Amino acid sequence: MLPWRSSAARFEPTGTLPSLRLDQLRTRHVGPIDLCVVAGECVCIQGASGSGKTLLLRAVADLDPHHGEAWLDGEACSKLPAPQWRRSVALVVAESQWWSERVGDHFERGVDGAWMELLGLPGAALEWQVSRCSTGERQRLALLRTLMQGPAALLLDEPTGNLDKDSTQRVEALLDGYRRQRQAAVLWVSHDPSQIERVAQRRFALHQGRLAEDGFE
Amino acid sequence: MNAVALSPFDLAIAALLIVALAGLSLRLQLGVERQLLASAARSTIQLLLIGLVLKVLFDNARLPWVVLMAGVMIAVAGREVMVRQKRRLIGWWGFGVGTLSMFVSSFTVTVMALALVIGTTPWYAPQYAIPLLGMILGNTMNGISLGLDRLTQDAAQKRQIIETRLALGESWQGAISDSRHEAIRVGLIPIINAMSAAGIVSLPGMMTGQILAGTPPVEAVKYQILVMFLIAGGTGFGTVVAVSLAARRLFDERHRLRLDRLRLAGK
Repeated sequence: MLPWRSSAARFEPTGTLPSLRLDQLRTRHVGPIDLCVVAGECVCIQGASGSGKTLLLRAVADLDPHHGEAWLDGEACSKLPAPQWRRSVALVVAESQWWSERVGDHFERGVDGAWMELLGLPGAALEWQVSRCSTGERQRLALLRTLMQGPAALLLDEPTGNLDKDSTQRVEALLDGYRRQRQAAVLWVSHDPSQIERVAQRRFALHQGRLAEDGFE
Repeated sequence: MNAVALSPFDLAIAALLIVALAGLSLRLQLGVERQLLASAARSTIQLLLIGLVLKVLFDNARLPWVVLMAGVMIAVAGREVMVRQKRRLIGWWGFGVGTLSMFVSSFTVTVMALALVIGTTPWYAPQYAIPLLGMILGNTMNGISLGLDRLTQDAAQKRQIIETRLALGESWQGAISDSRHEAIRVGLIPIINAMSAAGIVSLPGMMTGQILAGTPPVEAVKYQILVMFLIAGGTGFGTVVAVSLAARRLFDERHRLRLDRLRLAGK
């Protein structure tokens, strides 16, 4: 079983191979940004709306044209085929999107029953019609859809934006377990200071396209 | 063939219909009388001119002239396809995608029909080549513009879905596949409908024209069937090529959706 809440122990990035590294990354209104998220670390980014948090994540996922480079374990984004990069460095957006009628049609590799249970979703959820799911159910299912691909790095854009308190805790626990178990690097955009307090080992503020590190008060 | 020759007086009687309709429009304040008269005048002039051009062309049936005529037709059709798009590809692509696919499909189909089916001598005999190309081109143009319009609108509307699929590691081909299939289907609907309804609901224009001009009905029907199949082939292959080229252009080499390569018409 996964622990319900992580202790926010400060991660010391010494001697380990950096997992996700941004090198002079620049996109519209954002950057240049240098950032290193080591394996198993969760870094949070906060900032006013319009500060470019989403643009930054989109650039890292290589969904927007950008300058500079992103690296995953020493492999450059521009050297890998884009689909392969995006399966390893996976972006989960706030508003989940669906294209087939049935939930299960969006899961190529099926789904891990334990994870479903952890998120408070019944096993029958795969048979549901997408149009009948609530926004919160869709958001949790979209997260599972991405996690089933086993990404090495996660780019999370307000992953609990539409969730109630209970579901938020469940999602945080699942992500914490995934990060520890897979030693995944997590870059998490959140506007909720108490959530950042719970999940982040380091945190940054994005202001006018620049990152500034915040200490823990 | 012994067609009844039409005198200018005969045409004037038909023109009375347009004048009467314009009068009605004025009376009911529909506000279309000016457009109606202008377009009637335009079609009269355009058709008379093309009649003259065809007469000259038929008298000088040499390959370079036929090719020139075909080139002008295809360029005009390419422009028409572009103008009908609500969202157009920027740069030469806006004109090039439609024109190239029409060239590939309409030309191939016309040349195939001339050389293999009709077997005229010379194969480019303009009496056959130009009307045939015109009919195939006109229909292919419709299919391509419908398909392209649907594709670009769909891509713009479903941007978030397409980008989610890309973010999940799908290639651009996979991410756009639904929109692509839909666009090709939409481009093919008119010709499929035309083939199903032909003869029962509608008597196709070409066949009607031939019958009016004195051709035995069964001969006219055979030509109409040939033309229908040629049109379906030209439209189908043309739409597939155009939609596929445009879909490719909507993504860059990093499989990113590039809606900045589209612009709204009139901007």
